[in-house]
Amino acid sequence: MIIEDLPPDAADRSGRPVLEVDELTVTFRRRGEQPTRAVDGVSFAVAPGETVGLVGESGCGKSVTSLAVMGLLPRRGVEVGGSVRLDGQELVGAPDRTLRGLRGADMAMVFQDPLSSLNPTVPIGTQVTEVLLEHRELSRKDATAQATDLLDRVGIPDPARRLKEYPHQLSGGMRQRALIAMALACRPRLLIADEPTTALDVTIQAQILELLRELVVDSGTALVMITHDLGVVAGLCDRVHVMYSGRIIESADRHELFARPRQPYTGGLLASVPRLDGVRGAPLHPIRGSARDVIPWAEGCAFAPRCDHAQDDCLTEVAGSTVPLEYDGPGRELRCRHPLEYPRSPAGATAAGAAR
Amino acid sequence: MTADPLLRVEGLQVHFPIKRGVFVDRTVGHVRAVDGVDLAVDRGSTYGLVGESGCGKSTLGRAVLRLVEPTAGQVWFDGTDVASLSGEPLRRMRRRMQMVFQDPLGSLDPRQDVESLLSEPLHAHGLGGGRAGIAERVRTLLDAVGLPSAALRRYPHEFSGGQRQRIGIARAVALEPDLLIADEPVSALDVSVQAQVLNLLEELQERLGLTYLVIAHDLAVVRHISDVVGVMYLGSLVEQAPADVLYEQPLHPYTRALMSAVPVPDPVVEENRERILLAGDLPSPANPPSGCRFHTRCPWRQETRCDDEAPVLRELGTGHLVSCHWAEEIRDGVLTPRSAEEVAATMGVSIRATGVENPESDALVQGLDAPIERR
Repeated sequence: MIIEDLPPDAADRSGRPVLEVDELTVTFRRRGEQPTRAVDGVSFAVAPGETVGLVGESGCGKSVTSLAVMGLLPRRGVEVGGSVRLDGQELVGAPDRTLRGLRGADMAMVFQDPLSSLNPTVPIGTQVTEVLLEHRELSRKDATAQATDLLDRVGIPDPARRLKEYPHQLSGGMRQRALIAMALACRPRLLIADEPTTALDVTIQAQILELLRELVVDSGTALVMITHDLGVVAGLCDRVHVMYSGRIIESADRHELFARPRQPYTGGLLASVPRLDGVRGAPLHPIRGSARDVIPWAEGCAFAPRCDHAQDDCLTEVAGSTVPLEYDGPGRELRCRHPLEYPRSPAGATAAGAAR
Repeated sequence: MTADPLLRVEGLQVHFPIKRGVFVDRTVGHVRAVDGVDLAVDRGSTYGLVGESGCGKSTLGRAVLRLVEPTAGQVWFDGTDVASLSGEPLRRMRRRMQMVFQDPLGSLDPRQDVESLLSEPLHAHGLGGGRAGIAERVRTLLDAVGLPSAALRRYPHEFSGGQRQRIGIARAVALEPDLLIADEPVSALDVSVQAQVLNLLEELQERLGLTYLVIAHDLAVVRHISDVVGVMYLGSLVEQAPADVLYEQPLHPYTRALMSAVPVPDPVVEENRERILLAGDLPSPANPPSGCRFHTRCPWRQETRCDDEAPVLRELGTGHLVSCHWAEEIRDGVLTPRSAEEVAATMGVSIRATGVENPESDALVQGLDAPIERR
């Protein structure tokens, strides 16, 4: 419906990915301390209209990945390596002017906490029109009219009045909608949503997820969804990358991943959340320890200290090399030497049951 | 319910005044955080209280412990009205009811080491029998919550979130209470650690014969550990039932919407299940809607009765209480729900654009204008 509006090379949805991340590394350096590698060789791609999920617990590097893609990390003390390409254009090391032109126009981000990502002293309307005035040659009046449309589109009632209000006058769900409206103002090719619903109640979360789902379908925006909630991933993402300690440890289509998780970590995550549709009182199988109990990737699989399947060759010392991310069947990649095995197909065995 | 319940709450109200004015504080209204709640928790069982933020579930938990003063109503704990106690009797009563808080870092004094954190309640209530006795107790406590005894000399900031919550739980069970109120015990924790803490709570309940009042927003968590579940909306209970029954057959429209909104980590289930989107946000508890408080967002609202007449909690099955005029009709499918858009249109709230019938005419879909040329 909108293909004729787009430049010809961007029009084919099957073709080039919007975003290609290749061996991205982020290292934080502080004087007098060991450098910390928060992201350690992450690669993924997102096609137009596709939703890709980055899943992991706090500290696994998923948010840092998104900030690095957007070029939002401070220059001082941070080293970003590898390559990030938006429609073929290299972003790592690109000058600030270029990034400023792209952010808000071609790529946009929705943050976790809507209150702290809106300026509390500026009315919503000014904040939404700011994006439009910056990237489009519009008069203030036209921009206001479009901002009204945008707020209406994301489901904020009485948008003309809301434009004059300040962030504190809006409810949490409404603020997140305003943020989404700002992110979508210039119809970006890439939208990164970093835990967009974590601060919201479930009924509001359902509304926001529905909104994001519609947007991806309608406008063909590439969506990167960063979340710790496996339920959100199951409902929204086409492709899922599970991260642990700065690296992707398993990638698969969502159906595959939830039906047959191969990495013991993914299996452990699925077995440790109580499910609304499962048998009540079914015992939970938590993962031992916490995300602090990691070893550096150079010494072996970071998850090995918590893993029930770990064996000696999970350590670099024994095997001679670190566990690589390898091809694991069509559309799947896995970083594990002793993955969970499944007997030849009783199809439909539930993940929660099989993961143990 | 043959035996006396351990905790019985009757007509509990907590209203917070809204003050205005520069020189003189005038009370201009009240936030009705908890507005008439009755519930009973049997000995050795777990009562789960769910609801969205702002529904008053935490205030209810605090009012039971008298951490906030109830405006009206009674809290019967083992035959004594806690709401009327004060001074020393109240302090002694609190030994038997303890609380686990949501934020483990915020509720542990950063300047006390673990030994001092855990022995303080024992000292305060003169329990544990002297220095050696207390040291011994603290050690068994740590063991019970699965922390090494090396933790004794360490401070809260040295632990991970899950370990901190274990310390919080150890402190709460130090006095061997009868009732433990856990306010969002796992919501601040990572998924893999949540399960550890849930298992610990269950294990302690079995071993120490504890009674739990668990307050949480996560329906899956509440279902997992509760025997009876109560659903709160805007300060009052809208439904209460044994956990299995509630999740099998939720009767109140709000409960149904809440359940359908919880994401399930299974793509097949996610694609096929019924989804009830609610219109708008939670109304302000300072000015709750007339009649049924849920009528402004309810997909099953029926003209005038829902707007005018406040429904009472009535029993529809064994132990299954619902406050909805039309619960039977909704259950039997006589009434059909309207979509969120229709509710929004009639109630003047909106969840998405009004009047956008044709997506091609929509600004966002269409693009606001032609894409910008990039130089």
